[in-house]
Amino acid sequence: MNGKEKQVLDMLNEDCRIPLEKMAVMMGMEIREVAEIIDSLEKQRVILCYRPVINWDKAERNVVEAMIEVKVTPQRDFGFDAVAKRINSFEEVRSLYLMSGAYDLLIQVAAPTLKELAQFVSERLSPLETVTGTSTSFVLKRYKQDGVVFDAPDQDRRLSVSP
Amino acid sequence: MSERFVNPAINAVPPSAIRRFFDVAATMKDAISLGVGEPDFVTPFPVRNSAIDSLLDGETSYTTNAGILPLREEISTYLKTRYRLDYSPASEILVTVGASEAVDIAMRALVRPGDEVLIPEPCYISYQACTLFAGGKPVFVPTYAEDGFELRAEELEQRISPKTRAVVLSYPNNPTGGVMPLEKLRKAAEVIKRHDLFVICDEIYSELSYDDFTQESIASLPGMRERSMVISGFSKAFAMTGFRLGYLCAPEPIVAAVSRIHQYTIMCASRQSQVASYNALKQGRENGYEEIRRMRDSYDRRRRLTHQAFLDMGLECFEPKGAFYMFPSIRKTGLSSTEFCDRLLREKHVVTVPGSAFGPSGEGHIRCCYATATEKLLEAFARMSDFLQDL
Repeated sequence: MNGKEKQVLDMLNEDCRIPLEKMAVMMGMEIREVAEIIDSLEKQRVILCYRPVINWDKAERNVVEAMIEVKVTPQRDFGFDAVAKRINSFEEVRSLYLMSGAYDLLIQVAAPTLKELAQFVSERLSPLETVTGTSTSFVLKRYKQDGVVFDAPDQDRRLSVSP
Repeated sequence: MSERFVNPAINAVPPSAIRRFFDVAATMKDAISLGVGEPDFVTPFPVRNSAIDSLLDGETSYTTNAGILPLREEISTYLKTRYRLDYSPASEILVTVGASEAVDIAMRALVRPGDEVLIPEPCYISYQACTLFAGGKPVFVPTYAEDGFELRAEELEQRISPKTRAVVLSYPNNPTGGVMPLEKLRKAAEVIKRHDLFVICDEIYSELSYDDFTQESIASLPGMRERSMVISGFSKAFAMTGFRLGYLCAPEPIVAAVSRIHQYTIMCASRQSQVASYNALKQGRENGYEEIRRMRDSYDRRRRLTHQAFLDMGLECFEPKGAFYMFPSIRKTGLSSTEFCDRLLREKHVVTVPGSAFGPSGEGHIRCCYATATEKLLEAFARMSDFLQDL
């Protein structure tokens, strides 16, 4: 990845809604060049999607979230990839990570109700034959996600005018 | 009634012209400020944390007048490696309460009653006031937008009189963002040497320059060290304005003189600020000044955006290579810079600072600080554009 691609990624990571022509000015590039870099990063699947960070509590939509620590038996020739692929296919799964430490996989799940989330664990996840144990922890409150602090007051504490 | 007790010499110094903008802006909830003079980054966490650790360790006593030795050693190393300046940590560096204190005590130590101090303007507002407080006479040297507000050596020389004692140089410059290329700096140095003057170089913005430009220090030029004082600090490059920590460097007899004022009036800068600044330099040395680079890159992106925005508005604006200010001309509007800023604030709730607050050559310009979140900048530009169309 070259320097310009890194610059574009940094800018998009900071704010992906800045208009293309403004991004081009800020980086001293042509609009066409920025567009081509973004296109290329998307094709390479370096950039996968553009999504907002939403405070669902304020959106008045009920979402129950949990982190599930999962112990699995790795499969011969596939390691953890086969079971990860299987778990990926469940639509409740928001994120899935292979972890070091006391357990193997960490799953972030979300469902509209507690009951549906419980059903996911008991009826879909636990029965997988390579899964040997689960430990579910419910998210009680989100303070920060993807670097964004929830309910943060305006952080600019500077005087509006200074010499 | 009590006014008669105030020293008339103090009353003769006009209050800062920007204060009333602050008062008006404070009444507006949706005001966007381009009037700030400081970074929009919070001090990097490890630096803040080092100040906390210092407090938890019970480091609450005074320090030596000159500042803790490890900090002066780091400052010495930093100036040597970054700016080819060589100052002894033992006797040629004084840690001050911000670069502001350094400017004040420099004037008081150098200027005799009636001495003239040459101040290229537009410039930071303290040089004139500190010269007056010290009993000196400020003599402005104009700089021009068509030169990128670089100092013309001949303009400097024309204003030298038998009473001229010192010159203030501040590049990269607040409020213009202008810098001094090496060849211009050399010409100014020749004039200064020819007339045996002293230079107070305020280099607080020296880390913030763009497009591969590096601001050289005039003190590093041949024959200049003996007649120069370098002033800098941690506020701008390290985003530590609230820590109030600066320093000055000069040959020993000069530092001994300013230290005498410092020891009687200040005693020492805050210990926690000194510890934090020591850590800022130490970590910078160890990681290649990664934090400075990150912040500078961010300012640079917003600098380009802001410059283009003013051109799109039809305002003349030279592209500054330093600091985090843009200084567009508003002459075509027919308004004075104060009228422009006043109306822009009242009608569109955007705070800017009239160029005239920084000296007569600033008239016809406004200072806009682009160290503000991009979305706020874009909103401010949209409001300014509306304002210009409505005029």
